[in-house]
Amino acid sequence: MERPVQPDLHLIAPKERRPRRSSAPYLLSSPALLWLLLLFVIPMFAMASLSLQEGTSLEGFRQTFRFANYTDAIAENGDFLLRSLRNGAIVTIAALLIAYPVAYWIAFYGGRFKSVFLFLLLLPFFISFVIRTVAWSFILSDDGIILGTLKSIGILPETYHVLGTTFAVIAGITYNLVPFTILPLYVSLEQIDHRLVEAAKDLYSSRRQAFLKVVLPLSMPGVFAAVLLTSIPAIGDYVNAAVLGNFAPGTAMIGNVIQTEFLRNRDYPEGAALAFVLMGVMVVGAVIYAKLLGTERITEG
Amino acid sequence: MNGKRLPTDDAAWIRGMIGRRMSRRDVLRSAGIGAGALGLSSFLAACGVEGEGASSGPTAGAEGSPEWWADQQAGDHVNFTNWPAYIDRDLSIDGPGSRPSLYAFMQDSGIDVTYRADINSNEEFYAAIRPALESGQDTGHDIIVITNGQELTEMIQLGYLIPLDPTRRPNFDANVGAAFKDPAFDPGNEYTMAWQSGMTGIAYNTKFVDEEITSLEQMLNPKYAGHVGMFNNTADAQALAMIELGINPETSTPEQWQEAADLLQQFNDSGVLRGWFDQAYLTAIENEDLWVTMAWSGDILNDKLYFPEFATFEFTALNNGAVVWVDNCCIPKAAANPVGAMMVMDWYYDPQYAAMLTEWNAYVSPVPAAGEIVQADADAAQGANQEVLQTIASSPFVFPTPELEENLYNYRVLEGEEIEEWNDLFNPIFIS
Repeated sequence: MERPVQPDLHLIAPKERRPRRSSAPYLLSSPALLWLLLLFVIPMFAMASLSLQEGTSLEGFRQTFRFANYTDAIAENGDFLLRSLRNGAIVTIAALLIAYPVAYWIAFYGGRFKSVFLFLLLLPFFISFVIRTVAWSFILSDDGIILGTLKSIGILPETYHVLGTTFAVIAGITYNLVPFTILPLYVSLEQIDHRLVEAAKDLYSSRRQAFLKVVLPLSMPGVFAAVLLTSIPAIGDYVNAAVLGNFAPGTAMIGNVIQTEFLRNRDYPEGAALAFVLMGVMVVGAVIYAKLLGTERITEG
Repeated sequence: MNGKRLPTDDAAWIRGMIGRRMSRRDVLRSAGIGAGALGLSSFLAACGVEGEGASSGPTAGAEGSPEWWADQQAGDHVNFTNWPAYIDRDLSIDGPGSRPSLYAFMQDSGIDVTYRADINSNEEFYAAIRPALESGQDTGHDIIVITNGQELTEMIQLGYLIPLDPTRRPNFDANVGAAFKDPAFDPGNEYTMAWQSGMTGIAYNTKFVDEEITSLEQMLNPKYAGHVGMFNNTADAQALAMIELGINPETSTPEQWQEAADLLQQFNDSGVLRGWFDQAYLTAIENEDLWVTMAWSGDILNDKLYFPEFATFEFTALNNGAVVWVDNCCIPKAAANPVGAMMVMDWYYDPQYAAMLTEWNAYVSPVPAAGEIVQADADAAQGANQEVLQTIASSPFVFPTPELEENLYNYRVLEGEEIEEWNDLFNPIFIS
């Protein structure tokens, strides 16, 4: 895979001084490691164990190393998995198209108000995203402020609705994730040396060429991170299909199926197996993606 | 949007919209327990959660035994968790006084009651508190209200409910109706006392629907496309579909379940269906997202009678009948204040407070004597209030007539393997 040539800024930067051998790094990283161990590794093993068990909520679950839970999960839910991947892809592309101009504008033209704009971007996070999604279900309701008005002046037919459609689900997820797309893009765009753009123009590039040959390649680490940060939660989302999709036929995503296994059917092994299948698909996808685009880009950004 | 109830009017109502109803305390608790129960016990022991099998009544000294009850003291606080639109409200008052019957209890007993309208689905609520119940911890609820059905049966069988103290319910003994005494799902009312009973039927908004809807088939009419709602819980849609097909759900066979599943699947395939709902259907019909939907009787009658903007709502049974169910107060294992909980539960078997509930929520009271009070209040009332109370007093869905009673059907009681067969057949229909 050939990569576009980039100016290697590392050669210019001073060499890092090698830290002395001490226990400090271990001590400093121990809170994070402990956190990961207690709240990620142990629950993961617990779920892995659960995913191989057999039984019912009433009779209890027993460890029988039933790997068929996995084949069952895949066989029964392939459609939901494909639908979630498709929705995730649409959300990611839509979010990138929305986010890039915003991040670009803040990074290049934000001036001294950059931090204000970033704060405004984070403002929605002061309200729980479930509440914001529920708010959308009121705004977009059939007789709500938007559709009700359009219907009363005759632009839309009386039966038209947005809620309860795949469009509503995808739009809701995109709305919720756009800030996560903007932030990594902003970080990488903000680091671009403006003199490089000026240099390109000095060499008779048009604004378009300067963007395509200088700015865009330099922002690729940000795009890479933005794609991961957007697509992973998008594929696993289960709130929007419930609140904005109304569980209409054809709207449920894989996260809803997992939620249903745990919270309705109380079939914990099946739910756990399906969660691992989803995780496996996403990890494999992310690794392939990283191979194609170059892993060093994640850390370079 | 002419003066609709806004979500901000009622904090509980907002929470009611959010799917999983848990207080912050519950979330923290279940997070901890989740790690504990699913994590350490099942992982380190490398074997699953053993089912505890059927409990055969309290053993001496155990939680719920007479000796244990004798030692209990009423604490000064009760956490009462119920379904939305289920307790009498005085919307002109803020704070605890806005629930007059419960406020009267607090005044009378000196016990503070935190009332949460947090249950929107038996399945999800039970799933949320199950980890705490399984590890023997307090769920944070002293009274919960669960419909007769799979979840209640499982909670009783696994010993997740405290056997009630028969000596602490004088009002219940004096006033409970015959239909609510010694129910099939809980012989001797060992674990439960009915809160209210109600019916599952059809609701529609006459603003959009100009015919009387008395069958599921009418709901498949393409002119309602995108505005038809159905229930997604483990019992209602199934039972109503069987009633439509002329099958008595209570005695139905697996072949008949398949017929019902085929009928329900038609809704998925038809393109008319808006979606599959839990308690959220009520918000959806209030927002005019739904024009015709499966519904619970009192929810719709209460909206229709007390909120002018919903005056166009109608609730009906199918031509063939409707489903009747009982929502039951019970005390989850390790509850902090079981004595206080029993005091609240028994309070509502005093006919005057039972009548206050009925006059507001328009459900079927387990206290027959409340009916006379409702009738007397209706006769004595003035103006608009008189019309409301007269409507409630004369509604067959609040005081079932013999003709309606003949057409009311109970849920199918599932046992053993049947549970899985039932769920495997119906659940895939609700999520597609």
